[in-house]
Amino acid sequence: MFRSTSKALLKLASRPSTRTVSSSSRSLSSPTPANLAANAKAAVVSPTPTVATSSLLKNTREDALWTPGLLWRDEEAVQVGAPPPDAPHLVEADLQPVEAGGRETTKMNMYSAIRDAMSITLRKDTQSMVFGEDVFFGGVFRCTMGLADEFGQERVFNTPLTEQGIAGFGIGLAAMGKTAVAELQFADYIFPAFDQIVNEAAKYRYRSGGMFNVGSLTFRSPCSAVGHGGLYHSQSPEAFFLQASGLKVVVPRSPIQAKGLLLAAIRDPNPVLFLEPKILYRSAVEQVPTGDYQLPLSSAEVLQEGTDLTIVSYGPPLYTIEGALHLLKNPTEDIQSLIPEDLRHLSVELIDLRTIAPYDIETVVKSVNKTGRCVVVHEASKTGGVGSELAAEVQERCFLRLEAPVGRITGWDTPFGLAYEKFYLPDQLRILDSIIETMRY
Amino acid sequence: MLPRTLARSLKREQPCATPLRFATAFSTSSIARLSPLTSVSHSPVFIDKVHEGTIPAFRVLDGEGKLLPDVPAEWREKVQAIPDEVLVKMYRTQAFLPLMDTILSSSQRQGRISFYMTSYGEEGAVVGSAAAWEPNDEVFAQYREVGVLLWRDYPLSSLMAQVFSSVNDEATKGRQMPIHYGSSKHHFHTISSPLGTQIPQGAGAAYALKSTPGRENNCVVVYMGEGATSEGDFHAGLNMASVLGGPSIFFVRNNGFAISTPAAQQYHGDGIAARGPGYGIETVRVDGNDPIAVYLACVEARKRAVEGQKPILIEAMSYRVGHHSTSDDSNAYRSAAAVDSIKKLDSPIFRLRRYLESLPTPLWSTELEESTKAEQRKAIMVEFSKAEKTKKPALAEMFGDVYGGKELERPLKEQKKELKRLIEKWGHSELWKKDLEKFDGGKEAVSRW
Repeated sequence: MFRSTSKALLKLASRPSTRTVSSSSRSLSSPTPANLAANAKAAVVSPTPTVATSSLLKNTREDALWTPGLLWRDEEAVQVGAPPPDAPHLVEADLQPVEAGGRETTKMNMYSAIRDAMSITLRKDTQSMVFGEDVFFGGVFRCTMGLADEFGQERVFNTPLTEQGIAGFGIGLAAMGKTAVAELQFADYIFPAFDQIVNEAAKYRYRSGGMFNVGSLTFRSPCSAVGHGGLYHSQSPEAFFLQASGLKVVVPRSPIQAKGLLLAAIRDPNPVLFLEPKILYRSAVEQVPTGDYQLPLSSAEVLQEGTDLTIVSYGPPLYTIEGALHLLKNPTEDIQSLIPEDLRHLSVELIDLRTIAPYDIETVVKSVNKTGRCVVVHEASKTGGVGSELAAEVQERCFLRLEAPVGRITGWDTPFGLAYEKFYLPDQLRILDSIIETMRY
Repeated sequence: MLPRTLARSLKREQPCATPLRFATAFSTSSIARLSPLTSVSHSPVFIDKVHEGTIPAFRVLDGEGKLLPDVPAEWREKVQAIPDEVLVKMYRTQAFLPLMDTILSSSQRQGRISFYMTSYGEEGAVVGSAAAWEPNDEVFAQYREVGVLLWRDYPLSSLMAQVFSSVNDEATKGRQMPIHYGSSKHHFHTISSPLGTQIPQGAGAAYALKSTPGRENNCVVVYMGEGATSEGDFHAGLNMASVLGGPSIFFVRNNGFAISTPAAQQYHGDGIAARGPGYGIETVRVDGNDPIAVYLACVEARKRAVEGQKPILIEAMSYRVGHHSTSDDSNAYRSAAAVDSIKKLDSPIFRLRRYLESLPTPLWSTELEESTKAEQRKAIMVEFSKAEKTKKPALAEMFGDVYGGKELERPLKEQKKELKRLIEKWGHSELWKKDLEKFDGGKEAVSRW
């Protein structure tokens, strides 16, 4: 599962007339030789995958370049809202060896990929600025390392310790035509900025009849659990922003995704809240294209195709789901009796929502119409969460196709208690249980 | 105060021929109070300070713990009148902090606790002030003020229980990260990580004290770092305290850094103290590394706050010798040499020790130092080991205290039931078994939900 294919490459070779490769044509079901080898090994031992060993992460240059939806921005300068040049998708030449003019990739973790996106922005958009608490020395998560040295402290700077101030300041910059990339040090501390984000940034365009806007503003904020963050270093506040019409909300799952989605967010003509799952900063490592590219906003990605059940998620739980699906297929002895034989070869479609608002319902609906069953997984609490929103839309649009209620596997409706994290978060067993419950309904 | 300063600044900046005249614009006191137009000038007056030069920091001891010769008689007497037991307790509490900090921060490095924050360098500001408050003055702290709890004899066992999230953690029931202490018995409101939120809360608590029978002689103490004063809550809190009154002390530990951000990038102007008069709040700056000066300034501030039922702002100038937290490596943004020189030249613990040793009847000695350290270290290690071996609170505590009331609210009741079902079904699995046993009562307790 989660594999990319060499078949599509063959397809590409056999279609020399189409220069542009539709990234979605690369199916996820057939293995590359490397993955085949890994699979053969897995048949013997099969340790449950973690972020470090996840097949969701692309470890080869070829896989990285095949990232669906990848859009090259080769222009020397890119302003917010500027449309991309013609035919910017993957072409055969990109896949040639680097020496022969092919695209380059390099191994990066997620914070380096985010840093890379900001570096490209600062280089190609002379109006851009990056700022926030502790940004100057490199940021508490290292996302701005070296940027102040490279681009000067007029453009990469520390701010006083005030989230509402940072958000409002960013709005002012953006309203004056600057490209503002504001860091709010922890998503748990975003709430003083709530007024500026929800009432100001999100509504700036609408309230001025379209005369003013702050589309060139992006908020970056590290979010979600890390294992030891407790109440105030673990929260996933995305659902609070679902009702802020005018604001987009994005959560990336990996380095390639983070770089491409952040560049898209910065250049999108709307303010965007870019929530970075901090547990992935170091742990998620991929071959990342070194050039300038974007990935589409408001577009979910099907990570694995399937026909029996749809699982929708975003951010770190995707890796937990990967582990749960592995356990479903290869249950360890202690849980074997709880996993019905007939479900072990369940065909699951896994969707990464990526953009939380406005989200891509079509991909979800298409999938649920095929599978008839749906489970949503996220870290944030259940009530009023993204899962509630998706469940409502799915039942409205797929009512006659549904074979079971839409499951929501989420954090409980409590604050995030430090010592209870293991049993607060949706983990592999809770996901596994929900798969069984949904299939047995 | 303002008109006089205004006049001074006019004299300096306005070499105009017309004699300066201030006319009272409104006669009724209520309007005068509500309007800034209590006096007028006939040419524009731009001011950038309300105090001539830099606001001085009150200091009585030099770096070697010697009483400074320029301290006026009145304050010299006040220094000398500090009871011996206060001085000794102050020293013992200060000296205890780095011992505990070293043990706990290195235990974090070993993965035995998840997080820690030290008080290195700020022991004098925190303990010196704690000694000035009444034991039942309400404290709203930020997070680097464990010295206040130690001064109030908060049990070391409770402190370790919080740090280890043990079943004995009454402060947060295992819910908050280490150092988020709290104790209603010690009038110390539980720490919350968001910065500055405690400032308007303190203003509200002070207003409440005004109408709480039996608390007429108490006050509220709000601690914060200079970084937190950039939050909007600082303005909201000080302005509300000023307008609505109530006995309150806003104590700013200006330690020079908000994580990596130096004070120079946090504010311009004459520190935080300069803001006090802008709110009409009596303000004092003190050398935060001089525990005696901190103590005396706080005693005086408290007297004014309680007698006047009003806020007082204190800015204690200190230096964060340690890293921000165990998640931070300050070598990435400041030179280790600079930190070392501050440690050597300006240690609040050393200053107080020298002072105590230099008294006519010395209150401290090398022998006492050694025996105290040994005794303190032993006490820390005993409680440390006990807490480390203790179980986490029962898993049910995850759902507790979200709302008040005897019964869980409907969603929580349902979700707790769902978790029980899950644990009964999967609890034996390798993925959950060991983790369940860490909680008080383990899986057994869950089956009784």
